[in-house]
Amino acid sequence: MSPSRNALSGPLPDVAADAGYAAPPERVGFFTDTSVCIGCKACEVACKEWNLVPEDGLQLTGMSYDNSVALGADTWRHVAFIEQSSPVDGDLRWLMSSDVCKHCTHAACLDVCPTGSLIRTEFGTVVVQEDICNGCGYCVPACPYGVIDQRPGDGRVFKCTLCYDRLGAGMEPACAKACPTESIQFGPLEELRERAAERVQVLHEGGVEQARLYGHDPDDGVGGDGAFFLLLDEPEVYGLPPDPVVTTRDLPDMWRRAAGAALALALGATVSFLGRRP
Amino acid sequence: MAEAHPVGFQWVMEAKRRGATVIHVDPRFTRTSALADQHVPIRAGTDIAFLGGLINYVLENEKDFREYVVAYTNAPAILREDFEDTEDLDGLFSGFDPQRRAYDTSTWQYAGAEPAAASGERDTESDTSSADENRDKESGRGDRMGAAGAVSARPELDETLQHPRCVYQVLKRHFSRYTPELVQQVCGIAPEQFHFVAEEITRNSGRERTTAFVYSVGWTHHTVGVQYIRTAAILQALLGNMGRPGGGILALRGHASIQGSTDIPTLFNLLPGYIPMPHAHAEQTLDTFVGSDAGTTGYWGNMRSYVVSLLKAWWGDAATADNDFCFDCLPRLTGNHATYQTVMDQIDGKVLGYFLPGENPAVGTANARLQRAGLANLEWLVVRDLALIESATFWKDGPEVETGEMEPADIGTEVFFLPAAAHTEKDGTFTNTQRLLQWHHQAVEPRGDCRSDLWFYFHLGRIIRTKLADSTDDRDRPLLDLTWDYPTEGAYDEPSAEAVLREINGWGPDGRALSSFTELAADGSTRCGCWIYCGCYADEVNQPARRKPGSEQSWVAPEWGWAWPANRRILYNRASADPAGRPWSERKAYVSWDDDSGRWTGPDVPDFEADKRPDYTPPDGARAEHAIGGAEPFIMQSDGRAWLYVPTGLRDGPLPVHYEPQESPVANPLYSQQQNPARETYVHPLNRYNPSAAEQGSQVYPYVFTTYRLTEHHTAGGMSRGLPYLAELQPEFFVEVSPQLAVERELEHLGWATLVTARSAIEARVLVTARMRPLRLDGRVVHQIGIPWHWGPNGLSTGDAANELVSAALDPNVHIMETKAATCDIRPGRRPRGPALLELVEEYRRRAGVTERTGTEGVST
Repeated sequence: MSPSRNALSGPLPDVAADAGYAAPPERVGFFTDTSVCIGCKACEVACKEWNLVPEDGLQLTGMSYDNSVALGADTWRHVAFIEQSSPVDGDLRWLMSSDVCKHCTHAACLDVCPTGSLIRTEFGTVVVQEDICNGCGYCVPACPYGVIDQRPGDGRVFKCTLCYDRLGAGMEPACAKACPTESIQFGPLEELRERAAERVQVLHEGGVEQARLYGHDPDDGVGGDGAFFLLLDEPEVYGLPPDPVVTTRDLPDMWRRAAGAALALALGATVSFLGRRP
Repeated sequence: MAEAHPVGFQWVMEAKRRGATVIHVDPRFTRTSALADQHVPIRAGTDIAFLGGLINYVLENEKDFREYVVAYTNAPAILREDFEDTEDLDGLFSGFDPQRRAYDTSTWQYAGAEPAAASGERDTESDTSSADENRDKESGRGDRMGAAGAVSARPELDETLQHPRCVYQVLKRHFSRYTPELVQQVCGIAPEQFHFVAEEITRNSGRERTTAFVYSVGWTHHTVGVQYIRTAAILQALLGNMGRPGGGILALRGHASIQGSTDIPTLFNLLPGYIPMPHAHAEQTLDTFVGSDAGTTGYWGNMRSYVVSLLKAWWGDAATADNDFCFDCLPRLTGNHATYQTVMDQIDGKVLGYFLPGENPAVGTANARLQRAGLANLEWLVVRDLALIESATFWKDGPEVETGEMEPADIGTEVFFLPAAAHTEKDGTFTNTQRLLQWHHQAVEPRGDCRSDLWFYFHLGRIIRTKLADSTDDRDRPLLDLTWDYPTEGAYDEPSAEAVLREINGWGPDGRALSSFTELAADGSTRCGCWIYCGCYADEVNQPARRKPGSEQSWVAPEWGWAWPANRRILYNRASADPAGRPWSERKAYVSWDDDSGRWTGPDVPDFEADKRPDYTPPDGARAEHAIGGAEPFIMQSDGRAWLYVPTGLRDGPLPVHYEPQESPVANPLYSQQQNPARETYVHPLNRYNPSAAEQGSQVYPYVFTTYRLTEHHTAGGMSRGLPYLAELQPEFFVEVSPQLAVERELEHLGWATLVTARSAIEARVLVTARMRPLRLDGRVVHQIGIPWHWGPNGLSTGDAANELVSAALDPNVHIMETKAATCDIRPGRRPRGPALLELVEEYRRRAGVTERTGTEGVST
């Protein structure tokens, strides 16, 4: 069943075309293979350098080696560190993962933006036009991943642009270029999905049974992510929602129920007034 | 490696992708451990015991690569009868002089070898000789590569390896007590894990497979640092992994291009290309300087050509055969001018001036208080750096000002701060530790007054020479006769770095750039600033600037950059073929003999004379490279073999021994000799040592600490803590402790802690993490504390410096300090400020009974 125009949920094979581009290039995105992340944070620094994102906090958090805490207006790549030790045999595992805006197929931030500041680019990515954003903040609670946020002192929202300006010049995003181990891979989304599936299989064959993909599935609650991941444990372990859903998915249903409730109310009111004694 | 060399670590990840097994041995579980197949937690300071255990495993189980060992190592060499091992003398080798704390190494020699010619000729009457210089005389100039200087005879061999005094048997006996049980007792490594490693590395070595070791400062910053490397070299030589693809021992270093700064050295005792600096009271002429090498085998036999070519590069036309090519113009050593001795001399008022280009000893060098005491006692100090580092500002806001020990008005040192250009603002090279030179191009002009180091030293020299131009004083001739004529360009008159590179490469009598150090002559017709770099500008091409992509050339990729010597990528690669010149296996083929062409062939430059047949036998009286046989791959050694046993060149033993660090809570289980008897210690109120396990009071400083780096910062933080994007990644100084230690000392996660040694006390935030693990040694538990050493009081992210805790106790061969294993106490809460800080440190010393003698014994009593 082909998606209807402006669908709010469900698989959407060509986001850019759906957004109105006549002959868009192939959709691009990120495949972040956390199994080879060495936690160096070159991605965080490269992103801030390229995009002139301000420093946002000189405070030791105690969250392992993670002092960036979470994605936000001033952190567009965030490396999470999760220390795990088995109480039985003392086996240690230290998971590291570079989180980023998911550039969802169905991007709730984009859907709720009242000014049209948030747009879908020809590359299939989601970008904030800072000169239009009025700081209303509607997009902030809409994002199922808690990515987009308002910059203190500024009021507008900021997030990863997938280096839109670099893409236009035929270059890969800064974080992908800086990553020394190719944990962050950039390219056509289809190709990344194939590569990722192969990588999971290799890991499974090598005994790493907990390896799984996250955000790769076009049938998931956001229609699949433009930036998806290979994780070595449950998403919650990484601070990721296990079953993200585009918040606007239920809008038609909500309006139907609201309409139904209104109808019921109207019916009830009519009945109660009709049955009134003169 | 992932922490300190994240970009280089991508190749480890690539190897892993191709099926390599990665084993990480480290006191802490780091980001490297997270990606390794196995992490082996080890007590800091005990790697010799661990590697010794592996050597014992290989020898006991006969898992050595026997053909390689017999043909290519000195395993068959027979030693003198009067050699005594540590097994005979409870931790000492024969020849130790307790008064001088040095060895007479004559009993270590091969049977029948001549004693060190150098020591016979040295002038023993020297009023400026220090203990170190005496040791130099005795030990045959260990700073020389391959230590070929003092061994002139070929050893007698027993290729059956049965002779009781052959190196192989001596090795077996020496390491016989390094059993898996001992490894557990010393290192805290469980036998199961030890066996895993032993089986992995032996399974993966031999004809078909090779195993590589990678180490860095965790092996070098010890009072037995050189012996750490030696132990790995013995193991790798026994396993046949040296000179072979995928084998070897890769040394990672602590700074970008520090390899270059020993090649073209900033070290006191070396000239370019590892030629030793001459001493004031020895080697009065060029002849006597090169004399001991004239008769040696190997390429050091050509030392005269290298030295004369260097002198011609520096003094040009003024250097002629008549004046020994200005050999007299070279500065001379009068003793030990290593950095710690220099600091002691500064404190004694013997040093007038000091240059600190890109160096920050006020927080970045061991025993920071000692360093600052030296800096405060100069006439002048020049600091060149990217920002106002602590070494430039100590005089107004350093810790001694806070405690009241120093008053800025009373500090006589006049400090000049000159801002430096960054690497992106100038041309030049980086030399990596695989000896690879890579050119970097200036991308932007430096701003304001920032200038490159090349600009600074060139124009400083130019100005001084101008001021002295009319001098008739002989003393000024060396300076005035120097060639100092690099072309300059641009608005700042920047000297051409490329011209410097070309001079380093050298040119011949026709003025054309040379292609190889084999072209260097001893008659003054060639100039060359560094013989091992000769060829880097061959054909008038800036070879280090080459960037041919790997995909467009062989897997060795010789056209990316340029490696010394001769663009050779794997040293001693003759060893990748058997004595007959055939590869040990197809899988590990690298360099091999092609009989048809009469040459060695392969994807790399053969580390051998290209046309020397495998069956070549040197005639009697052969010299230099002609004295090396066709099946002797280790061409820089006088006997052409890899040395399992080092007869000459080292100050603390021909074989590695497990000694405890200078400060340790553990008594050496192997011998009564607690620490390295030849280590260098300094007696000074600012350099008191904690008592060690053997001594009373050691329980006052009961915990082991080790210092290390985080990816986010660089060295003492001068280049990272002032940058917001890096400062925010690791914003505060912290120490890492195990949950068990946290309970024992009542430390809270994210709380404050104070750490104390006999030197000083610092404070840090606490990270409680299971990645730090207590170690079980023989029934007792040893706790280790992890201390990143990036902090200091200047910058955006500030904190106390780990080097406040560290003492000056040095490896005797290379004068490197022990920062990787020491002891301390830790307690909750912030440290006192002002004079109360000194009181706290003093109180600890009193309780521990620390005196000026504590920890300074050579031979343990």
